[in-house]
Amino acid sequence: MDILVSGLLLAGTYALMALGLNLQYGVARIMNLANGEMLVLGALAAFWLYINAQVSPLLTVVMVGPIAFIGNWLIYRFLLVPLVKRSKNQGQLEVDSILATFGMSFFIVGIMVSIEGGFFAYKYLSETISILGSTSSLNRLAAFLLAVVIGGSLYLWLNRTRTGVAVRAVSVSTEAAGLVGIDVPKMSALAFALGGAVTSMGGSLISTFYTLDASVGVIFTMKALIIVIMGGVGDVRGTIVAAIILGIVETAVATLVDPGLTLASAYFIFLLILLFRPQGLFGRRTA
Amino acid sequence: MSRSGFKELAIAACLAILAGFVPLVFNNYWLSISVTAMMYIALCTSWVMFSGPTHYISLASGAFFGIGGYLVATGMSDYQMSFWLMAGISALVATILAGLIGAATLRLSGVYFVIFTLGLAEMIRNLVSWVQNNFLGSRGLYVLTDFTEAHIYWMLLVLAAAAYFLGWYINRSRLGFALRIIGNDETVARHVGINTATAKIVLFMTTGFFGALVGAVIAPRYSYIEPNQVFSPELSFMVVIMALLGGAGRLWGPIVGVIPFTLVWEYVSLQFPNQTTMFIGLIFLLIVFVLPNGIVGRLEQVAVKIRQGGH
Repeated sequence: MDILVSGLLLAGTYALMALGLNLQYGVARIMNLANGEMLVLGALAAFWLYINAQVSPLLTVVMVGPIAFIGNWLIYRFLLVPLVKRSKNQGQLEVDSILATFGMSFFIVGIMVSIEGGFFAYKYLSETISILGSTSSLNRLAAFLLAVVIGGSLYLWLNRTRTGVAVRAVSVSTEAAGLVGIDVPKMSALAFALGGAVTSMGGSLISTFYTLDASVGVIFTMKALIIVIMGGVGDVRGTIVAAIILGIVETAVATLVDPGLTLASAYFIFLLILLFRPQGLFGRRTA
Repeated sequence: MSRSGFKELAIAACLAILAGFVPLVFNNYWLSISVTAMMYIALCTSWVMFSGPTHYISLASGAFFGIGGYLVATGMSDYQMSFWLMAGISALVATILAGLIGAATLRLSGVYFVIFTLGLAEMIRNLVSWVQNNFLGSRGLYVLTDFTEAHIYWMLLVLAAAAYFLGWYINRSRLGFALRIIGNDETVARHVGINTATAKIVLFMTTGFFGALVGAVIAPRYSYIEPNQVFSPELSFMVVIMALLGGAGRLWGPIVGVIPFTLVWEYVSLQFPNQTTMFIGLIFLLIVFVLPNGIVGRLEQVAVKIRQGGH
């Protein structure tokens, strides 16, 4: 029970970062390997503002969203669009975007190290509470609830608004979306920026109960990728289910075996997915 | 074509022989830099063998390198095995591991492969630390040999030359031809009857083999080994950077990339020790935006232009 509760609470923020990556890869077709660094940037903002100005991390989340949106939009517009235009096919774009986002991730880590070289450790809402008979802390619950609100509104936006439908159409097929009059480059930029914003907000949330440091981003990139592949590229529902699975399995391994093995357990899931359902949990097999 | 292939090999052989004299001429400081450079030349050459033709970015070098270093250290420290035996075992283990990774990921699209190798070194490091702490008792591992820096350098040179020769040989073989077709268009490759998965897996296994051997050979340099230190994800990125900087389209591209990068890196890490990560990031961006085919690709472009201008 303890494992289920804390696994589920952890899954909330995992789902956010994976949703962000899924928007970027599924719609904008950019394999963003700097995703984890976007998350850590959000965490650093929350930490820095709390330590230096006593700003509540929950307020920081609201501020991080628009800033990260603009930042990611600029990155897409000025760094990635030239690559999209240059590439002759999807494979070429994948290689180029992987290398370019590696560059960005190292660059961002470099900047973050110069701001704060140590751990982003601070205490916020760390009172213990009891949920369904198992103990947890208030910050985990608050982070989870906010993640549900953000993820929920993203889901509604994608399914209920005109722009949301356009974004999903691009994710199904760029050519077909272009033919029915959707501005594909604009939607891709929007999806990329939004993805970055959602991931960074997830980072601010996770920093309230999880101690990060500047170089930990790649681990989160890895986990987000595993979730996206497990859930299926472009599939919001699948991403959420996959995030819950990863959150619970990781928590189980951390409590029952060793906390040092969480990445290994994520890899184990990844391997199973690759061997048995490479198209994702809910994905349909393409020929 | 065939004649120019042999000419290339002859030039490489001359360079290798010349490189063999480095420890006799250089002082200790330069020799130590040369060892590092030679280590990366060996790693990058074997990286280019696989990633050059297939365009699959492998980040597994750190993991294979770590297996080499760690197995040599455990075997010598805990089981009194000889260095040579352990180096052989580690190469075997890494080759098998590469085969398994390849079998799991290389049948699918390239992205899965990159993602899988991205966290590989870190994951193996976690597993090894866990085993070490819980079952073997956590103590440092010592690699005590009577190798000097010069011996290590020569061994690395032999490995680099072997990797180059193998790459040259594969390039001229049916396998190399198959790989170039895969790299250009995998669907076409499948339709003309190439077993694409097997070809990729076999080539990836050679990368594992050389990675582990380099890790094993360099282990005596550090004498004291910890899993945290040998399974380094940074190493994988360094290999990718240097190989791409030189140019992955040619087997000798890495040599052109490694030597300037090692020198600049030495300077940057001395002068700006806190900005090294940012520097790596900038070089990656430089490669993607300015030198997509590496220095070699740019030189060839210039050469073509000059030739056309002469007409």
